Amino acid sequence: MADSNDSKTCVSMECSREEALQRLPEEARQIRIEILKMLHQSSSGHTGGSLSATDLLTTLFFTELRHRAEDPGWEGRDRFVLSKGHAAPLYYAVLCRFGYIHADELCSLRKVNCMLQGHPDSKSTPGVEISTGSLGQGLSIANGMALGLRLNENNARTYVLMGDGEVQEGMIWEAAMTAAHYKIDNLCAMLDRNGLQIDGTVEEVMNIEPLADKWKAFGWHVINIDGHRFEQILDAFKTAKEVKGKPTIIIAKTIKGKGVSIFENKVKYHGIAPNDQELEQALKELGHKKL
Amino acid sequence: MTEKKSVRGQYGETLALLGEKYKDIVVLDADLSGSTKTKVFAKKFPDRFFNMGVSEQDMIGTAAGLAAAGKIPFASTFAIFATGRAWEPIRQSIAYSKLNVKIVASHGGITVGEDGGSHQSIEDIALMRVLPNMTVIVPADATEMHKVLETVVAHKGPVYVRSSRIEFPVLYDDAYTFTIGKGDVLREGTDATIVACGFMVSQALAAGDLLAQRGIRPRIINMSTIKPVDAALLVEAARETGGIVTVEEHSIIGGLGSAVAEVVSEECHVPVKRIGVQDRFGISGKPNELLECFGLTPGDIERAVLEVLDKKE
Ligand SMILES: Cc1ncc(C[n+]2csc(CCOP(=O)(O)OP(=O)(O)O)c2C)c(N)n1
Repeated sequence: MADSNDSKTCVSMECSREEALQRLPEEARQIRIEILKMLHQSSSGHTGGSLSATDLLTTLFFTELRHRAEDPGWEGRDRFVLSKGHAAPLYYAVLCRFGYIHADELCSLRKVNCMLQGHPDSKSTPGVEISTGSLGQGLSIANGMALGLRLNENNARTYVLMGDGEVQEGMIWEAAMTAAHYKIDNLCAMLDRNGLQIDGTVEEVMNIEPLADKWKAFGWHVINIDGHRFEQILDAFKTAKEVKGKPTIIIAKTIKGKGVSIFENKVKYHGIAPNDQELEQALKELGHKKL
Repeated sequence: MTEKKSVRGQYGETLALLGEKYKDIVVLDADLSGSTKTKVFAKKFPDRFFNMGVSEQDMIGTAAGLAAAGKIPFASTFAIFATGRAWEPIRQSIAYSKLNVKIVASHGGITVGEDGGSHQSIEDIALMRVLPNMTVIVPADATEMHKVLETVVAHKGPVYVRSSRIEFPVLYDDAYTFTIGKGDVLREGTDATIVACGFMVSQALAAGDLLAQRGIRPRIINMSTIKPVDAALLVEAARETGGIVTVEEHSIIGGLGSAVAEVVSEECHVPVKRIGVQDRFGISGKPNELLECFGLTPGDIERAVLEVLDKKE
């Protein structure tokens, strides 16, 4: 694996695996708190799918992605595409943690003429690689980025996060073929397998199983993990970097609404922001003292 | 206060009602049945409802096949995904074959609000209007939505009906009759004409009140069928009032404004001013804030009418 060992290259958390494992739970807890406060402020937005992917994205940004908040357009940065764009609050909380976004901005989520659009918009938010929100398009974009990086002999990698409802889109499977056909191994896809979409469970709305077999049949290296176990997430990212000649997908079993009992595994909280009471209860559960 | 009612809510109610009378109605949705309100039909007729998951192109193709098998499919999702994501399947498999599919989409325009530009469809009317064989309808209130559905279910051929996330003021009572291709003159006047569709009909009426205070009486037309547009009514309005303002919650390119300008420029030259989204994408915000931000308030319409009056003289 050709790491660019530029002295300024920032693997976000320069620490050992043990240290990372010590710190990640606390970082993720803080991110969850920010997500919930942000959503409560805007009274609108996607709670469940932001919380289910928090541990994945926190780990990605803290330990894996080479990026520079002070220079978001840095050529050598690893790319990240939030294909399930409705998890924007999670993305914003993470970007804020690294200083791409000022903390004061978080309360402007979804408000008129403000920086934080309902779905990620690269024109208005620093650190957002590309605008998303219409599902099913991110894997193609990530393929294109990875191919472009390869052509430019840039050893940066590309990461993309998809939802399990999202992979019902046909375009995902066109992109799945492309990635294997062009042996795009500087790409790592993540699938937030929380089992729920808007109209119900993924199983009852439009079954996607056998999921791992599908990706394998499409020529991918598949890693199944528990998306809330940091050691498994770390190991998966490590393996993904080592796999050559084919793309890798991490299928992360998660809980929609993870971290707050009233939201966990509830279809209803896909696109509903916490009200006053729910926020209070949520913050209590997350061990956050005051509003 | 005027009574308000959800136009998409009416879609759900009426569809469930029509389902009793028309056994061939089948309904498809793409994981948004709670928002589009097809869930009401799904609960009542589970065997005639198909949730396709997040796959709009597959939904449209399947609807085409169901129509070819003699069914009357209603396919629903948000306007941008219905008309944008699935545009070419609509063109090839529905419009080109002239199949009896009704695409009824919710969340048209910028009043989608907080979800932002990615979800606000300001192109759907243009995308559907350009297709041969396609009928395009934008109801102005819940009553009209009900009448539109009663009409299109009995009409053979592809139809696109657009509704919105927000509730609209109720303008019509049950005595109203809707006819495909006929505009409705809501208020008589001879100083100028305001032609509007959808939620903007209510805004146009409010603008009419503002103008009345200045002694100006515009004719106000609800042009709910945008295709085929009521050319005769437009030519008459152009002749009798001498100037037209079009108002829509859509890009000024390709929608109602364009349809009106096409007729007026060919048949009867008078000044036309188009009110709508000015060649830009939407943004997040509350619906009312966005209407202001994008120049779609009664005050904006009033100003446009004054401009047209200036040009007339
Ligand atoms: C093309 C497209 N169709 C529909 C939607 C509306 N939508 C937003 S989220 C969602 C469900 C997604 O489910 P999943 O991918 O499982 O997301 P998660 O449960 O992780 O939040 C849908 C249908 C959309 N954003 N884009």
